[in-house]
Amino acid sequence: MDMKSGKLRPDDQGTVQGSPEPKVSVRELFWAFLLVGLSGFGGVLPFVRHMLVDKRRWLTSAEFTEVLGLSQLLPGPNVVNISIYVGARFAGAAGASAALLGLMVIPIAIVLCLGAAYTRYSDLPAVANAFRGIASAAAGLVVAMAIKIAWPVLRSGRTITIAVLVIVAIVILKVPLVWTLAVMAPVSIVWIWWKTP
Amino acid sequence: MSDNDSLWAFVFHLSLLSLLAIGGVNTILPELHRFVVLDHPWMTNEQFTALYALAQAAPGPNVIFVTLIGWQVAGLAGALLATLAICGPATVIAYVATRLSTQWQHLKWFRLLRSGLIPLTTGLMIASAWLLTAASAQNVLSYVITAATALVMLTTRINPLWLLALAGGAGAAGII
Repeated sequence: MDMKSGKLRPDDQGTVQGSPEPKVSVRELFWAFLLVGLSGFGGVLPFVRHMLVDKRRWLTSAEFTEVLGLSQLLPGPNVVNISIYVGARFAGAAGASAALLGLMVIPIAIVLCLGAAYTRYSDLPAVANAFRGIASAAAGLVVAMAIKIAWPVLRSGRTITIAVLVIVAIVILKVPLVWTLAVMAPVSIVWIWWKTP
Repeated sequence: MSDNDSLWAFVFHLSLLSLLAIGGVNTILPELHRFVVLDHPWMTNEQFTALYALAQAAPGPNVIFVTLIGWQVAGLAGALLATLAICGPATVIAYVATRLSTQWQHLKWFRLLRSGLIPLTTGLMIASAWLLTAASAQNVLSYVITAATALVMLTTRINPLWLLALAGGAGAAGII
C-alpha cells in the first residue's frame, strides 16, 4: 500500500481552521468507497455524504458542498468525481484510483450478473412482460428526479428559456448533445454574467 | 457484435460522451439511446429501457447502466471497455481539477459557470425523463405506471425498489 499520503496532501488552505487534516490511507479509501458502492439504490450520493461527513469525518459539511459543486461542474458521473477528489486529496493518484475502484467493483459485478440473467430469461413471456412494467416504473423514477431538480431551478425567465431550448433541441429537433452544449452553454453563461452586477 | 471496428467506434463515442456528461449519466440518456438504438442495430427500445431498469434496481452509481450497455453490445469485454470509456476521460479531468485548486467555491468564475450550467443540466434531465417514458411505453397503462411511480416518489419516502417490484408484478401478471 502507498504510504505517501501524508506528503501528497494539499496545503491546509482548503481545510477549516483549527481542524487538522485527517490522515487517510489508500486502503481505508478503498474500503470506505467499497461500502458506499454497495449501499446506493438509484444513486449513491446521499450515502457518500453520510460516509464522508457524518461517519468518517474526512470532510466537513461545507467542504462536501464545495466538492459536490465542483463535481457537478465537471463532466462525468458526480459520485465518480467525488471519489476522485477525495482519493486524490488524501492519497494522491493511488488514493484516487483506490477510491474509484472501491466504488465501482461490486456494483459492476452485481449488474453483470443481473444482465446475464436478463439475457438468459428475457425470451420467457412472463419475464419480458415484467420488464415492461419495471421499465415504465424506472422511467417514473427519472421523471420524479427531473421534477425535483427542476422545481427550485426553473424560477426565472432566463432559466426556463434555457431549459426549454435544451429540451426542444434534444427531444424534438434531435440535435446531437455536443452541438446543443456547444451553443447553449456559452449562451447561458454569458446571459447570467450579463445579469450579474 | 463481432465487428472490431464498431466496438472501437462504440468505445470512442462513449469517451466523448464522458466529457459531455455534465450533471452525470442521467443527462446523456437521449444521446446514448440515439447511438445504440437508432444509429446502430445493437439493441431494441425494449432492451434499452429494460437495461436501464436493471441498473436502477442494482446498487451502485447510475454509471453502471453504461456497463450494461457495453455488455449488451459486446459481452464482458464490451462491459469493461464501456465502463473505462465513460469514466476515463472525466476521471482524468476531475483529477487535474482537484490538483489545481482547493478553493473553487470562492472564485467568481466558478460560481458563474455553475449557475450558467444549472438550467442546461435541468433541461437535459427533463429530456432524459421524456425519452425514457416514451421508449418504455407500450400502451396507455405504461404511462399510468410511469406517472404513478413519479407521484409516489415525489410525495412519500418509500424505497423505490418496492415500486419497481410492484410494476414488475403488474407486468408479469399480463396487465401491460
